[in-house]
Amino acid sequence: MNIQDAPALSGFRATVRSWLAYNFPPSLAGRSEEMALIQPLYPEGEDWAAWKTAMADKGWGVPTWPKELGGGGLTKAEARVLAEEMAQIGAYSPIGGMAQNMFGPTLLEFGTEEQKKRHIPPVARGEIRWCQGYSEPGAGSDLASLQTRAEDKGDHYLVNGQKIWTSGSVHAHWCFCLVRTDRSKKHEGISFLLIDMASPGIEVRPLLLMSGNSTFGEVFFTDVKVPKENLVGGLTEGWTIAKRLMQHERSGIGARKQTHGEMRPVDVVAKEYVGRDSEGRIADYDLRSRITRHKMWERAHRLTVERVAEESKAGPSTATSVLKNAGSIMLQTRGELLLEIMGMKGLGWYGEGYSETELETLRVTLQNKAHSIYGGTYEIQNNIIAKRILGMQDHQ
Amino acid sequence: MAVLSAEQTMLKDAADGWVREYAPVSAFRKMRDAGQAQNPACYQDMADMGWTGILIPEEYGGSDFGLTAMTLVMEELGRQLVVSPLFSTALLGATIIANMADARQKMAWLPAIADGSLRVCLAVDEGAHHDIRHTALTATQTDDGFVLNGTKTHVVDGMQAELILVLARSDGTPGTADGLSLFAVQGKHIQRKPLGVLDRRDYAEMTFDGVKVAPDALIGPLNQAGPRLEQALDIARIGLAAEMLGLSQQAFDTTLEYLKSRKQFDTVLAQFQAIQHRMADLFCQIELVRSVVEHAARSVDGDAPDRTEVAIMAKSMANDLANLMTRQMVQLHGGIGMTDLHDAGLYLKRARALEALFGNTAWQNERFANLHGY
Ligand SMILES: Cc1cc2nc3c(=O)[nH]c(=O)nc-3n(C[C@H](O)[C@H](O)[C@H](O)COP(=O)(O)OP(=O)(O)OC[C@H]3O[C@@H](n4cnc5c(N)ncnc54)[C@H](O)[C@@H]3O)c2cc1C
Repeated sequence: MNIQDAPALSGFRATVRSWLAYNFPPSLAGRSEEMALIQPLYPEGEDWAAWKTAMADKGWGVPTWPKELGGGGLTKAEARVLAEEMAQIGAYSPIGGMAQNMFGPTLLEFGTEEQKKRHIPPVARGEIRWCQGYSEPGAGSDLASLQTRAEDKGDHYLVNGQKIWTSGSVHAHWCFCLVRTDRSKKHEGISFLLIDMASPGIEVRPLLLMSGNSTFGEVFFTDVKVPKENLVGGLTEGWTIAKRLMQHERSGIGARKQTHGEMRPVDVVAKEYVGRDSEGRIADYDLRSRITRHKMWERAHRLTVERVAEESKAGPSTATSVLKNAGSIMLQTRGELLLEIMGMKGLGWYGEGYSETELETLRVTLQNKAHSIYGGTYEIQNNIIAKRILGMQDHQ
Repeated sequence: MAVLSAEQTMLKDAADGWVREYAPVSAFRKMRDAGQAQNPACYQDMADMGWTGILIPEEYGGSDFGLTAMTLVMEELGRQLVVSPLFSTALLGATIIANMADARQKMAWLPAIADGSLRVCLAVDEGAHHDIRHTALTATQTDDGFVLNGTKTHVVDGMQAELILVLARSDGTPGTADGLSLFAVQGKHIQRKPLGVLDRRDYAEMTFDGVKVAPDALIGPLNQAGPRLEQALDIARIGLAAEMLGLSQQAFDTTLEYLKSRKQFDTVLAQFQAIQHRMADLFCQIELVRSVVEHAARSVDGDAPDRTEVAIMAKSMANDLANLMTRQMVQLHGGIGMTDLHDAGLYLKRARALEALFGNTAWQNERFANLHGY
């Protein structure tokens, strides 16, 4: 069902449709899994490269960013039309990731003109990858207790310390990093620093996940010199900027879908693996009713994502915590349901006896256990909801 | 913990001590990293301690100590994710043979199981989900015995077993438990391939390509293996429930210890009420499952009328507990819990494999409802 566009928008829709028809290589339809969050800069194949160039030239990888900085200059409504038309034909933006979803919007809001001119255009074209240097071994949920320090050395900062769980750090060109510039205060002593990962004194050590992938790592800083112009905001503003970025992060995470493995609706998969009764229904009625609940939750989550997008005119809102947790439940329920449905076929770790899709489904299900941990844990989102939305204070 | 006899207490303590010293989860991790799914030395130790004979009658060289005793051992093994053929051989295999085989067969196999020299597996599942009614592997009667044709998958300890008990369809069509027969086949007569399952135990896929067996390979009456095999499987399910109980208990203990030491917001995580309540809920659930597992084992030992019902309950509820507890183990450890370096992933993976084995929760629940006629 499609509600009629306003006249101006319907003209735009037609333009988008014909542009996509001309530029989107049909060979890439539905292949979003190749473009997951922590992607290589230039995926394999000419089609991907051509598609990326076309999108970058148009600025449509970051459709609402200003045109003069390489964005698409579209209104929110237009951007929605673009997303709808892309979804319609199975097209996936080849320009996306932490830089586009989290760092870019934050720099657009808090950066100086020079910083924006320097860092936004390459992000808009998907040429530079960024990683997020927030968490430390001793500072996870209590992020503001971070200890990596930056000392003022006159013309530069000298950074020493360690970050951990840094996604994409192995391939990143730059890191947006939280550092301590004042040890006498907690939140007010934090600054937001942009660090070139090629700087001398940086060492990245990859860490293996239980899924067998290695998408994150540890980053060690030893006497790393960072130019002063790489400070975003004032010395005491780091925490405010960090929180803003986390809101972008959470709303991005909150809307995330499964990217790999079995992509069909769970009911379709269940009919195949569990079988049907004489009337064609899923043979396992207990499973059938849990699948129904999941499908409803999935739909309600999607509707909430859309409602929040419509209601919040200026960026993410407090509802991001709701979306993030509802999204965790949605993704993780889907994963567990898929494993249950596939039964022993879903337990394959490697080798013969399992299809590629079955093997990937297990890995992605394990990977998605992190959805309720990164970007602020499930429990921390609940704390935010309870305290900031509901006004429930801690017992002192 | 129910009141145990002096012998049972000794057994439990011995199992606890041995597992901690010789087979902690770190040993399993080393095996996994080395790509090993079998650990013969460990199994010899178990035989030397008499665990392999716990369910075997004294006249066949066992101690006939009972299922309660066996679940005490299974629980300790579950705690540290120990890999051994004890379950497939000394619990499932021994139960099937003791309950279904004739005297000559028992004499041939049970003493060898008891002394640890024979490893047995049950080749039962053929598809994604367990259900003996789905059996399609055929047994065709000939003048000099039977010929077996078909494949079996996810046979636990299937690569190392010398003796394979295979469930075959000798009559009727897949979908019914009638017409099933059980045969004993020497491992060397069939083709086996190892399967790479997430919990890294020994699992095999077996192909029976016109395998000929003599008439005396048949265990129990022809075409009527279904109901008695299901009874043996229920005993095995109680063993699996005990293993999952141990696994969940250890996952809980490890998590609790972490929460008492990890500091955030200038305090240990254990001080947050949200965390306290989460752990309290899990504790309640563990206590309930413990009652069910202990009762189920005693019902079997005493041949009580509720033995089937509580076996189903044990597997169903232990499945749910192990699933939830391992998810919470990961969640409550935060980032470190997602890494391969931490044990949380190992517990979660083993739990998922045990959940699927011999019937997932929904399948057990369906049986429970059918049993009660609602
Ligand atoms: C796959 C993955 C990718 C990641 N990528 C990045 C990245 O790119 N950059 C980056 O900076 N970080 C990243 N992280 C780190 C992530 O943000 C942290 O793991 C997370 O913030 C939790 O911190 P922690 O791991 O120290 O757990 P802890 O803070 O130690 O938490 C442990 C448990 O205690 C709970 N808890 C803590 N405080 C409270 C409280 N007050 N009330 C109730 N419960 C509480 C938590 O919810 C959690 O369940 C990533 C993590 C994962 C798993």
